[in-house]
Amino acid sequence: MTVSNFSRRAILGIIAAAGFAVPASAEIDFTGKTIEWVIPFSETGGSAKWANFFAPLLSEELPGNPTVVVKFKPGAGSTKGANWFQDQNHKDGTLLFGTSGSTQFPYLLGDPRVRYEYTDWTPVMASGTGGVAYLNAEDGAKFDGSANGLMDIDFIYGSQGATRLDLVPLLAWQMLGMNVEPVFGIKGRGDGRLMFERGEATIDYQTSSGYLKGSADMVAAGEAVPIMTWGALDGDGNIVRDPTFPEIPTFKEVCEATDGCETSGEAWDAWKAFFVAGFPVQKLAFLPAGTPQDVIDTYTAAFEAVVARADFAEISSKRVGKYSVFTGDAAQNALGTATSVPAEAKSYVLDWLNSSYGVQLN
Amino acid sequence: MEVFATALPALGEAWALILQPVVLGYLVLGVVMGLAVGVFPGLGGIAGLSLLLPFMFGMDPILGLALMIGMVAVVPTSDTFASVLMGIPGSSASQATVLDGFPMAKKGEAARALSAAFASSLFGGLVGASFLTVFILIARPIVLAFGLPEMLMITVLGLSMVAVLAGRFPLKGLAAAGLGLMIGTIGEADAGGSLRMASYDIPYLTDGLKLVIVGLGVFAIPEIISLLRQDRSIAKGASLGGGWLDGVKDWFANIWLSVRCSIIGVVVGIIPGLGGSVVDWIAYGHTVQTTKDKTKFGKGEVRGVIGPESSNNAKEGGGLVPTLLFGIPGSGSMAIFIGAVALLGSGDIEVGPGMLKNNLDITYSIVWLLALANVVGTVLCIAASGGIAKLTTIRFTYLAPFLFMLISFAAFQSGQNFEDLLALFAIGLIGIFLRRFDWSRPAFLIGFVLSNPVEKFTNQAFQIASFRFRKGFDVGMEYVFSPIVITLIIITVVSVILGLRQAKSIMAEGDVKSGSKRAPLVFLLVIAGYLAVALINANMIPDYNMTDKVIPLVIGSFALVCCAILLIQMMRRSEGDSIFADKEVAGEDADAPYGLWSTLAWFASLIVATWFVGFILALIGFLITFFRVRAGAGWGKTLLLAACGLGLMCLMAGLLNRDFPPGLLQGAVDLPWPLK
Repeated sequence: MTVSNFSRRAILGIIAAAGFAVPASAEIDFTGKTIEWVIPFSETGGSAKWANFFAPLLSEELPGNPTVVVKFKPGAGSTKGANWFQDQNHKDGTLLFGTSGSTQFPYLLGDPRVRYEYTDWTPVMASGTGGVAYLNAEDGAKFDGSANGLMDIDFIYGSQGATRLDLVPLLAWQMLGMNVEPVFGIKGRGDGRLMFERGEATIDYQTSSGYLKGSADMVAAGEAVPIMTWGALDGDGNIVRDPTFPEIPTFKEVCEATDGCETSGEAWDAWKAFFVAGFPVQKLAFLPAGTPQDVIDTYTAAFEAVVARADFAEISSKRVGKYSVFTGDAAQNALGTATSVPAEAKSYVLDWLNSSYGVQLN
Repeated sequence: MEVFATALPALGEAWALILQPVVLGYLVLGVVMGLAVGVFPGLGGIAGLSLLLPFMFGMDPILGLALMIGMVAVVPTSDTFASVLMGIPGSSASQATVLDGFPMAKKGEAARALSAAFASSLFGGLVGASFLTVFILIARPIVLAFGLPEMLMITVLGLSMVAVLAGRFPLKGLAAAGLGLMIGTIGEADAGGSLRMASYDIPYLTDGLKLVIVGLGVFAIPEIISLLRQDRSIAKGASLGGGWLDGVKDWFANIWLSVRCSIIGVVVGIIPGLGGSVVDWIAYGHTVQTTKDKTKFGKGEVRGVIGPESSNNAKEGGGLVPTLLFGIPGSGSMAIFIGAVALLGSGDIEVGPGMLKNNLDITYSIVWLLALANVVGTVLCIAASGGIAKLTTIRFTYLAPFLFMLISFAAFQSGQNFEDLLALFAIGLIGIFLRRFDWSRPAFLIGFVLSNPVEKFTNQAFQIASFRFRKGFDVGMEYVFSPIVITLIIITVVSVILGLRQAKSIMAEGDVKSGSKRAPLVFLLVIAGYLAVALINANMIPDYNMTDKVIPLVIGSFALVCCAILLIQMMRRSEGDSIFADKEVAGEDADAPYGLWSTLAWFASLIVATWFVGFILALIGFLITFFRVRAGAGWGKTLLLAACGLGLMCLMAGLLNRDFPPGLLQGAVDLPWPLK
């Protein structure tokens, strides 16, 4: 199965399923209970913001209005928390777990610390994001819609690690023939942006919300030049312009315009597979193994009610970006999208990590 | 001038916002909650803020801010209680306070130490806020001037404080700092992900050890064990001298020291990425260097309390700058704060670069709410300090079980693993022996705290510098030797030279008598052995991950050389030389009615029992047995005290939604909270 076929089917599923509402179950009542929403990251990351945004909304929509508290179990790049969740079984429906691209990638790459299996869990909600790459003003002037003018420049990039979400930008830049040297060991994309603002890094990328919050001002002031977004997926699984940044070309467009960059073949398929696993479906909320259908339906109905709020578009665009939130069967399909890459894509990326960064995961 | 034309009206609006009775009411509520959370070591602002988060959604922005800031602001104030009274560093902000604050409590001057600390905190907070009001308008370019080489140099400056705190034998201090640095590298490397002294089979080690655990292990456990062995009250003779007014007078007599340390606090706090870890050590080092009579440091010098305490509240103000201007949190609690601000009102306050342009009035409200919360918190703390200081007159055997309970709970909160308790015990053992053989514990802790920044900034600055040098020699030199870097190098060199000269007169462990060769020699060999193993381990990392091995190799070799020279010195010198310092030869520990191992066994038993039946059940057994057997209390008193301890623990954990360490029993049977 090729990547595009695969993702097309998955995305079609998401779109199709999003149309059906699941009837709410009447028997479940959480009155006086406390729902624990466990996040395998620290209090400071994007997943914390994501869960903290949804928690009070979920509390309003669940029957009996239970208190929803977000708990943090950070460690080993989120694999510790996910391994812990793997050992949890359904008790009374008061446990919810959230994962992010940083939980998906080690799973996809066969990291030795991964002892969790996504297919055991039931997803009840999923949401995505996009990303924008930009250069400093001096080098940005040499960008003409293609990377042809950028090939002789040495770029510096503040990176969290090649096996994390940074895999997507690093691979993209390499495919464009750009010479980007990652400086590893930063703790978050905010630190990367600061390094860029100080002039130490000369290329940077931010997820959509990070870009709107911090980098758009630099662009407006002429200190930074956006070159591309990673794009978004349409109903057929094609990469199209990101709805949040319709004026910025996608990596696909830039690649097509650049000499030597191919939008087909091994490298492209691998990049696209990991992009799909990391961005359009980045964060998922799960119920543990063995959860009965009525509890799943209750949560699905609650998340649907959250998304159906009249003010949801407004409040969510500021907190989590203007991207689809998937619930019910659509969330199940989103999970498929986020946690499976073809074997060829995986082996390509593993080879690339080894040859470029000396990373061996087995 | 244009700047001030917009700033002054905004400042007026901010005060109009703050000075509403309902806002002040929320602020006081936040302060009271913050104090309640802050006296618990290891919990701090993160736990408190997480508790408030669910209520922030849609709340009136200024009310929500008042509540949150009230809570965050007083944590570095209230954790002074634990560090002065019990020698437990509550957070990284109060580590240096322990050095002189706790000896003062032992002398019966707890109230004086506390009120001097609180007065300094208050003053520091106000200096910080005033400074920020002007500075925040022009801070952006200054913050951006601090690149990686500058941050590396500030970290090195912090590290150079080891020279001041090295003790009678600078080599021992250096080796202790080296050991701290090496223990700080345990786990997965930030840069390349290589494992150092860890394995994927023991997932706990891959994350490295947490500061809370190392702080508690190095400072709290040795003191608790030592006092428990002596079976007396913290304040010798159970008498209290020096009331709270004396402390305030002490602070006023040293007001210029307080001003200088406050400014150190704001300035270092402003630099993102360093956080509070170095501030109090730099302030302590500065205090020592500017004091004429240095012999009293480590034995209860009130200036040693005033310096770090002035800086740590000012630092909170400084930390607002990267948080508000760049949206980059300076600490964990600031990160939650950013998230919470976005929940407030209609969500249009966006922390980040737009803050000064769009919400200058809110920015100023935050700055001055912080200052105001400091005032309220300090007044409450000073009022309480006389009463709370009486704790130091209680027979320590009645306090110790509660302290074991608290530090175990605090340690568990840092990683939520049973291994947290084991790590606490292991580091506690290291702490006990460092103390016994007069190796500098502050030097060890500074090494540990700065291990990660040293490694990170060295690698990153080196990488970027090599790029600049490739562009041209002068481009590279300009990057590496900026005016800020040169200034910092000069300060560092001066402070190392002064520090080494002064170190001999600062005896953090008091005057330790010397004894036979055997015990100190064995301890040295154990440390050298660990360093050698860690070196071999680091050397096994493949060369393409040079960034992960170079720092452990350099530091480890250096510390090993220190150990080798010490070894030669030990072999040459005769018994009784001060190099063989050993607290078990003479003094309080040697004369104590109880032995080290039997006392330590009590703590070990709590941990072992937790492994089997979980923390709360283990605690019930531990408290009852301890009060009956060790303290010799009657059944009535025993049950009452045990119930109080349990009640307090469950109340706090329940309110803050925290779990307890589970044991094998909990793995087999489902039990209700708090037993689960």
